[in-house]
Amino acid sequence: MAARIQVPKQARRGEVIEIRIVIQHVMETGYRLDNFGRAIPKNVINNLVARYNGVEIFRAEMGSGIAANPYLQFYARAEASGEIEFSWVDDAGERGSERASITVVP
Amino acid sequence: MPATARRRFISALASLPAVLLSLRAARAQSDPFAPLVRQVTGGAPVRPGRVTVDTPLLADNGRSVPLKVSVASPMTAADYVRSITLLSEKNPRPVIATFHLGPNAGRAEVVTRVRLNGTQRLLAVAQLADGSYWSGGAEVVVTESACLDES
Repeated sequence: MAARIQVPKQARRGEVIEIRIVIQHVMETGYRLDNFGRAIPKNVINNLVARYNGVEIFRAEMGSGIAANPYLQFYARAEASGEIEFSWVDDAGERGSERASITVVP
Repeated sequence: MPATARRRFISALASLPAVLLSLRAARAQSDPFAPLVRQVTGGAPVRPGRVTVDTPLLADNGRSVPLKVSVASPMTAADYVRSITLLSEKNPRPVIATFHLGPNAGRAEVVTRVRLNGTQRLLAVAQLADGSYWSGGAEVVVTESACLDES
Protein backbone atom coordinates (compact mmCIF):
# COMPACT_ATOMS: atom_id res chain seq x y z
CA MET A 1 0.00 0.00 0.00
CA ALA A 2 1.58 3.18 -1.18
CA ALA A 3 1.22 6.16 1.11
CA ARG A 4 2.31 9.76 1.09
CA ILE A 5 2.83 11.72 4.28
CA GLN A 6 3.58 15.36 4.81
CA VAL A 7 5.32 16.43 7.99
CA PRO A 8 7.28 19.69 8.25
CA LYS A 9 11.03 19.02 8.25
CA GLN A 10 11.67 21.60 10.93
CA ALA A 11 9.59 23.21 13.66
CA ARG A 12 10.04 25.39 16.70
CA ARG A 13 9.59 23.78 20.11
CA GLY A 14 5.95 23.96 21.14
CA GLU A 15 4.75 24.79 17.65
CA VAL A 16 1.59 23.07 16.45
CA ILE A 17 2.43 21.25 13.22
CA GLU A 18 0.09 20.02 10.53
CA ILE A 19 0.39 16.36 9.52
CA ARG A 20 -1.21 14.94 6.41
CA ILE A 21 -1.39 11.39 5.14
CA VAL A 22 -3.01 9.81 2.11
CA ILE A 23 -2.93 6.05 1.56
CA GLN A 24 -3.65 4.31 -1.71
CA HIS A 25 -6.47 1.89 -0.84
CA VAL A 26 -9.84 1.02 -2.43
CA MET A 27 -11.72 1.14 0.91
CA GLU A 28 -14.10 -1.51 -0.46
CA THR A 29 -17.55 -1.02 1.08
CA GLY A 30 -18.82 -4.59 0.76
CA TYR A 31 -21.91 -3.38 -1.10
CA ARG A 32 -20.48 -3.62 -4.60
CA LEU A 33 -20.83 -6.64 -6.89
CA ASP A 34 -18.23 -7.99 -9.27
CA ASN A 35 -18.88 -8.87 -12.94
CA PHE A 36 -20.40 -12.23 -11.92
CA GLY A 37 -22.83 -10.69 -9.46
CA ARG A 38 -20.93 -11.84 -6.39
CA ALA A 39 -20.49 -9.41 -3.54
CA ILE A 40 -16.98 -8.00 -3.22
CA PRO A 41 -16.05 -8.45 0.45
CA LYS A 42 -15.64 -5.36 2.60
CA ASN A 43 -12.03 -4.29 2.93
CA VAL A 44 -11.22 -0.97 4.52
CA ILE A 45 -8.29 0.37 6.52
CA ASN A 46 -9.93 0.02 9.91
CA ASN A 47 -7.16 1.31 12.13
CA LEU A 48 -4.44 3.90 11.71
CA VAL A 49 -2.06 5.00 14.45
CA ALA A 50 0.44 7.87 14.45
CA ARG A 51 3.25 7.80 17.00
CA TYR A 52 5.65 10.63 17.77
CA ASN A 53 8.88 9.23 19.24
CA GLY A 54 6.92 6.16 20.31
CA VAL A 55 4.06 8.06 21.95
CA GLU A 56 0.65 7.74 20.33
CA ILE A 57 -0.58 11.16 19.16
CA PHE A 58 -3.45 10.18 16.87
CA ARG A 59 -5.55 7.11 16.19
CA ALA A 60 -8.37 6.68 13.69
CA GLU A 61 -10.91 3.86 13.64
CA MET A 62 -12.46 3.97 10.22
CA GLY A 63 -15.34 2.26 8.42
CA SER A 64 -16.67 2.17 4.90
CA GLY A 65 -17.83 5.78 5.34
CA ILE A 66 -14.32 7.03 4.63
CA ALA A 67 -13.71 7.67 0.93
CA ALA A 68 -11.33 5.57 -1.17
CA ASN A 69 -7.65 6.50 -0.84
CA PRO A 70 -8.23 7.75 2.71
CA TYR A 71 -6.88 11.20 3.50
CA LEU A 72 -6.34 12.44 7.02
CA GLN A 73 -5.06 15.75 8.26
CA PHE A 74 -4.45 16.39 11.94
CA TYR A 75 -2.14 18.31 14.27
CA ALA A 76 0.57 17.67 16.80
CA ARG A 77 2.65 19.78 19.14
CA ALA A 78 6.35 19.61 18.26
CA GLU A 79 8.18 18.68 21.46
CA ALA A 80 11.46 17.06 20.44
CA SER A 81 13.37 16.03 17.34
CA GLY A 82 12.64 12.53 16.25
CA GLU A 83 10.35 10.42 14.14
CA ILE A 84 6.66 10.38 13.44
CA GLU A 85 5.61 6.88 12.51
CA PHE A 86 2.35 5.79 10.97
CA SER A 87 1.06 2.24 10.89
CA TRP A 88 -2.25 0.93 9.65
CA VAL A 89 -4.06 -2.32 8.99
CA ASP A 90 -6.98 -3.24 6.72
CA ASP A 91 -9.75 -5.85 7.04
CA ALA A 92 -7.70 -8.34 5.01
CA GLY A 93 -4.97 -8.09 7.63
CA GLU A 94 -2.57 -6.28 5.34
CA ARG A 95 -0.35 -3.85 7.21
CA GLY A 96 1.41 -0.74 6.10
CA SER A 97 3.67 1.81 7.68
CA GLU A 98 5.47 5.02 6.86
CA ARG A 99 7.73 7.33 8.81
CA ALA A 100 9.04 10.88 8.67
CA SER A 101 11.64 12.66 10.73
CA ILE A 102 11.32 16.11 12.20
CA THR A 103 13.93 18.46 13.65
CA VAL A 104 12.80 20.66 16.51
CA VAL A 105 14.76 23.86 17.07
CA PRO A 106 14.39 25.93 20.24
CA MET B 1 -79.03 16.64 7.26
CA PRO B 2 -76.71 17.60 4.39
CA ALA B 3 -76.14 20.96 6.10
CA THR B 4 -74.81 19.36 9.30
CA ALA B 5 -72.63 16.96 7.27
CA ARG B 6 -71.13 19.94 5.51
CA ARG B 7 -70.57 21.71 8.83
CA ARG B 8 -68.82 18.67 10.22
CA PHE B 9 -66.67 18.43 7.09
CA ILE B 10 -65.68 22.09 7.27
CA SER B 11 -64.81 21.89 10.95
CA ALA B 12 -62.71 18.81 10.23
CA LEU B 13 -60.94 20.73 7.49
CA ALA B 14 -60.22 23.55 9.93
CA SER B 15 -58.44 21.18 12.30
CA LEU B 16 -56.35 19.61 9.52
CA PRO B 17 -53.38 22.05 9.69
CA ALA B 18 -53.12 21.48 13.44
CA VAL B 19 -52.93 17.71 12.88
CA LEU B 20 -50.24 18.13 10.23
CA LEU B 21 -48.25 20.47 12.47
CA SER B 22 -48.34 18.04 15.38
CA LEU B 23 -47.16 15.25 13.04
CA ARG B 24 -44.23 17.37 11.95
CA ALA B 25 -43.34 18.21 15.55
CA ALA B 26 -43.38 14.51 16.45
CA ARG B 27 -41.04 13.75 13.57
CA ALA B 28 -38.65 16.53 14.57
CA GLN B 29 -38.47 15.16 18.10
CA SER B 30 -37.62 11.59 17.09
CA ASP B 31 -33.90 12.20 16.51
CA PRO B 32 -32.41 9.58 14.17
CA PHE B 33 -29.06 9.98 15.94
CA ALA B 34 -30.38 9.26 19.45
CA PRO B 35 -29.70 5.46 19.52
CA LEU B 36 -26.29 5.92 17.87
CA VAL B 37 -25.25 8.65 20.27
CA ARG B 38 -26.33 6.46 23.20
CA GLN B 39 -24.09 3.72 21.81
CA VAL B 40 -21.15 6.13 21.63
CA THR B 41 -21.58 7.78 25.02
CA GLY B 42 -23.02 4.88 26.98
CA GLY B 43 -26.03 6.97 28.00
CA ALA B 44 -24.07 9.97 29.27
CA PRO B 45 -25.68 13.35 28.51
CA VAL B 46 -24.52 15.15 25.37
CA ARG B 47 -24.57 18.93 25.22
CA PRO B 48 -24.82 20.76 21.91
CA GLY B 49 -21.93 23.11 21.13
CA ARG B 50 -18.14 23.38 20.94
CA VAL B 51 -18.04 20.94 17.98
CA THR B 52 -18.07 22.26 14.40
CA VAL B 53 -18.46 20.16 11.27
CA ASP B 54 -17.44 21.93 8.06
CA THR B 55 -18.52 20.50 4.72
CA PRO B 56 -19.50 22.01 1.41
CA LEU B 57 -23.21 22.86 1.38
CA LEU B 58 -23.61 20.88 -1.81
CA ALA B 59 -21.59 17.86 -2.85
CA ASP B 60 -21.80 16.79 -6.49
CA ASN B 61 -20.65 13.31 -5.67
CA GLY B 62 -21.17 11.42 -2.42
CA ARG B 63 -18.17 9.18 -2.99
CA SER B 64 -15.72 11.74 -1.69
CA VAL B 65 -16.91 14.71 0.32
CA PRO B 66 -14.30 16.86 2.08
CA LEU B 67 -15.06 17.29 5.76
CA LYS B 68 -13.44 19.13 8.65
CA VAL B 69 -14.40 18.54 12.24
CA SER B 70 -13.02 20.78 14.96
CA VAL B 71 -13.62 21.18 18.67
CA ALA B 72 -13.16 24.38 20.68
CA SER B 73 -10.62 23.24 23.25
CA PRO B 74 -7.35 24.69 24.59
CA MET B 75 -5.70 21.22 24.18
CA THR B 76 -3.60 21.45 27.34
CA ALA B 77 -2.54 18.54 29.55
CA ALA B 78 -5.62 19.06 31.71
CA ASP B 79 -8.23 20.09 29.16
CA TYR B 80 -8.11 18.27 25.85
CA VAL B 81 -10.30 16.31 23.46
CA ARG B 82 -10.16 12.55 23.90
CA SER B 83 -12.11 11.42 20.89
CA ILE B 84 -14.38 12.57 18.09
CA THR B 85 -16.97 10.22 16.56
CA LEU B 86 -18.51 11.07 13.22
CA LEU B 87 -22.07 9.84 12.61
CA SER B 88 -24.15 9.73 9.46
CA GLU B 89 -27.92 9.76 9.24
CA LYS B 90 -28.32 7.70 6.06
CA ASN B 91 -25.18 5.64 5.46
CA PRO B 92 -25.68 1.86 5.69
CA ARG B 93 -22.95 1.88 8.36
CA PRO B 94 -23.77 5.02 10.33
CA VAL B 95 -20.50 5.30 12.27
CA ILE B 96 -18.13 6.88 9.75
CA ALA B 97 -15.04 7.05 11.95
CA THR B 98 -13.72 7.64 15.45
CA PHE B 99 -10.64 9.78 15.92
CA HIS B 100 -8.65 9.53 19.15
CA LEU B 101 -6.65 12.59 20.03
CA GLY B 102 -4.60 13.45 23.06
CA PRO B 103 -3.07 16.39 24.91
CA ASN B 104 -0.16 16.36 22.43
CA ALA B 105 -2.42 17.09 19.46
CA GLY B 106 -2.11 20.86 19.91
CA ARG B 107 -5.26 21.54 17.96
CA ALA B 108 -8.50 19.55 18.03
CA GLU B 109 -9.12 19.40 14.33
CA VAL B 110 -9.29 16.56 11.79
CA VAL B 111 -9.80 16.83 8.05
CA THR B 112 -10.78 13.85 5.90
CA ARG B 113 -12.97 12.83 3.00
CA VAL B 114 -16.14 10.81 3.55
CA ARG B 115 -18.66 8.79 1.58
CA LEU B 116 -22.26 9.93 1.90
CA ASN B 117 -25.32 7.96 0.88
CA GLY B 118 -27.52 10.89 -0.09
CA THR B 119 -28.55 14.27 1.29
CA GLN B 120 -28.38 14.10 5.04
CA ARG B 121 -27.37 15.51 8.38
CA LEU B 122 -24.02 14.63 9.96
CA LEU B 123 -23.30 14.68 13.67
CA ALA B 124 -19.96 14.71 15.46
CA VAL B 125 -19.77 13.75 19.13
CA ALA B 126 -16.64 14.73 21.05
CA GLN B 127 -15.52 13.45 24.42
CA LEU B 128 -13.39 15.82 26.47
CA ALA B 129 -10.79 14.95 29.08
CA ASP B 130 -13.28 15.57 31.92
CA GLY B 131 -15.61 12.94 30.43
CA SER B 132 -18.24 15.36 29.14
CA TYR B 133 -19.73 14.93 25.67
CA TRP B 134 -20.42 17.71 23.19
CA SER B 135 -21.93 17.54 19.74
CA GLY B 136 -22.26 19.56 16.58
CA GLY B 137 -23.48 18.82 13.10
CA ALA B 138 -23.83 19.90 9.52
CA GLU B 139 -26.22 19.35 6.68
CA VAL B 140 -24.98 18.26 3.25
CA VAL B 141 -26.91 18.13 0.01
CA VAL B 142 -25.59 15.26 -2.12
CA THR B 143 -26.69 15.15 -5.74
CA GLU B 144 -25.22 11.73 -6.52
CA SER B 145 -25.04 9.23 -3.67
CA ALA B 146 -22.29 6.80 -2.90
CA CYS B 147 -22.99 3.18 -1.88
CA LEU B 148 -26.20 2.72 -3.86
CA ASP B 149 -25.51 1.38 -7.34
CA GLU B 150 -22.57 -0.36 -9.03
CA SER B 151 -19.09 1.25 -9.23
